[in-house]
Amino acid sequence: MKSKITLAFEKCKEEKRPALITYIVAGDNNEKNSLKILNAISKHADICELGIGHNCPVADGYQIQNSSYRALRNGITLKATFNIAKKFKKNSPNKPLILMGYYNLIYQMGEDSFLKNCKTSGVDGLIVVDLPFPENKKFAKKCKRKSINFIQLLSPTTSKLRMKKIITQSHDMSYYISMVSTTGGKLKVSPKKILQNYDKIKKLNRKKNLVIGFGITNKTISSLKRADGLVVGSQLCKAITDSIRKKQNPVKKLNKLVYSLKRKIA
Amino acid sequence: MKIKKGISLIDQHDKNFLYGGKFGGNFIPETLKKPIDDLTKLFAKLRKDKKFLKERDYYFKNYVGAPTPFIKLENLTRHLGGAQIYAKVVSEANGGAHKIYNATVHCLIAKKAGKKYIVGDTGAGYAGKMLSMAAKKFGLKCKIFMGAKDIKRQRPNVEAMRKNGATIVPVTSGSQTLVDAVSECMRYWVSNCEHVHNCIGSTVGPNIFIKICAWSTAQISRELILQIKEEFGRIPKKMKLLNCVGGGSSAMGFWNEFMDTDAELVGIEAGGPKNSKLHAAPLTNGSKIGILHGAAQYVVQDKEGQIGSTESISAGLDYPGISPLHCFLKDAKRARYTSASDEEALKAYRLVSKLENISPSLEPSHAFSEAIRLAPKLKSSDVIIVNSCGDSLKDKDIIKKRLGSYVR
Repeated sequence: MKSKITLAFEKCKEEKRPALITYIVAGDNNEKNSLKILNAISKHADICELGIGHNCPVADGYQIQNSSYRALRNGITLKATFNIAKKFKKNSPNKPLILMGYYNLIYQMGEDSFLKNCKTSGVDGLIVVDLPFPENKKFAKKCKRKSINFIQLLSPTTSKLRMKKIITQSHDMSYYISMVSTTGGKLKVSPKKILQNYDKIKKLNRKKNLVIGFGITNKTISSLKRADGLVVGSQLCKAITDSIRKKQNPVKKLNKLVYSLKRKIA
Repeated sequence: MKIKKGISLIDQHDKNFLYGGKFGGNFIPETLKKPIDDLTKLFAKLRKDKKFLKERDYYFKNYVGAPTPFIKLENLTRHLGGAQIYAKVVSEANGGAHKIYNATVHCLIAKKAGKKYIVGDTGAGYAGKMLSMAAKKFGLKCKIFMGAKDIKRQRPNVEAMRKNGATIVPVTSGSQTLVDAVSECMRYWVSNCEHVHNCIGSTVGPNIFIKICAWSTAQISRELILQIKEEFGRIPKKMKLLNCVGGGSSAMGFWNEFMDTDAELVGIEAGGPKNSKLHAAPLTNGSKIGILHGAAQYVVQDKEGQIGSTESISAGLDYPGISPLHCFLKDAKRARYTSASDEEALKAYRLVSKLENISPSLEPSHAFSEAIRLAPKLKSSDVIIVNSCGDSLKDKDIIKKRLGSYVR
């Protein structure tokens, strides 16, 4: 059976556009709002990523750190994160949901028990920022057995040999990090250069879906639209921060932003 | 879990870089895979390169000032009655602490790697001060990440870093101490790894940093084993090597050459303020294994895996994790670990600096506190050696505030 992630990419290809993938941190700015935001933006997004808040996020830039700290301050837990996922999937069973986080939280819960929770809440995929290939082989296998996508990451520093191995092992989606940076940095590489690297990876296996993330905003998104999918995260986190500061409704604001992102690539 | 004899401790890992099958490893973002792999290969080559070793030894002797003194603390020994107490006065090294070994080696490696920029994290400010010193010496541009709270409480070292021309980046996220400084420095490296060399200030982080750091501080025990043989004619049968542990770099260096001997290794963690639940003693207090800064280790954390807050009067020990090498030594029962409170460390500082001609910083004062506790219970045939790995000058503000005056 095809995964919901695969189906989402197929639909986008039919519509001749990249998949729009959104990222927000679970519990930002609180548990209730975060579910509301997710429900709202999923109308425009093809795949939704939900970050698991961690207080020592070594690969995240300022905006996502901010969101994580805010969510944790407002009481988010891993249990509550699964709750948000479950409620979201009940509402939109066909919208793929990916959890993204750091390995320590999986490690503390135990890999098997974590996957069981993913399964019961309907999670479709996982991105584990600090569990690279080949250290992730065993866990990726466990995910596959549970029909959960383990999403491999590739970066501009990944060697060609590594790319080959990673793509061979990849599931229905892989994630190319656009530049040498933490999340949310300013796009310091030209879209042309990013797409050149993207093509290098695609050439290894055209059938495998590859998305680009890091540094993508409504200003840069259209220049990358020939990719299979594009991830926007930090800009959404920043929009939540801004809306709180300006006492606006974050749900409305995010809904509008994701709608405009979609328009830019549709 | 067992320590193998005849093999350097830093090399006793499996193919996943785990010690004892569960400590350490490389839990890193994909972007860092290549720079870490490159550094691993370069270091493997350099540590076998006779020319490089000669260069290292040259700078250790003429720049760091090797060997540092090994002295008997006659007055303290007499005062306590019992074991004979000695100190390896590593604080006599250039800059005033053991951090100079790691900093010097990292600068030498950065030069070999053709990098012009070096960055590092710091807690007590010693790692930063030494890195800025060494960077200046070797012509590298230097950036130091330091928690905003630590910048306030370790002023003398901050001034020294500025004088050496380093840029200090205050870290205002989280607890604003060492743990956040390490995170922020790692983030900076993730974003700039193509041109910048990273020097993690202790035996923590991804495996290669643990290796380089422990290999560098091992100079302490290379000197000490010779000094002991000269003093006693042999290694004394009942000998304890006491060292404070925060990240664990000075203890690793202090113990390295004694792994295969009968020496008893005792690590003293920061117990925090008396009657406070906060501490920085994951080994003593039975913290669970978790992932912090790229490595699996015992770490202060909550049930779900959020890293816990720590508190210690000593900025250098105020870290929720601990080197995977120390986790390995603990589980293999080769070393034992205990803790001393802020108050005990202050008391030890006062006694040692009153009686002796040395003035240990608050970090080694934790180790002295254990020496003071143990010595009276032991015989004069017992030998206690404390690594006095830092100088108190950086703590003068804290000591003045807590004890009323600061006298060296």
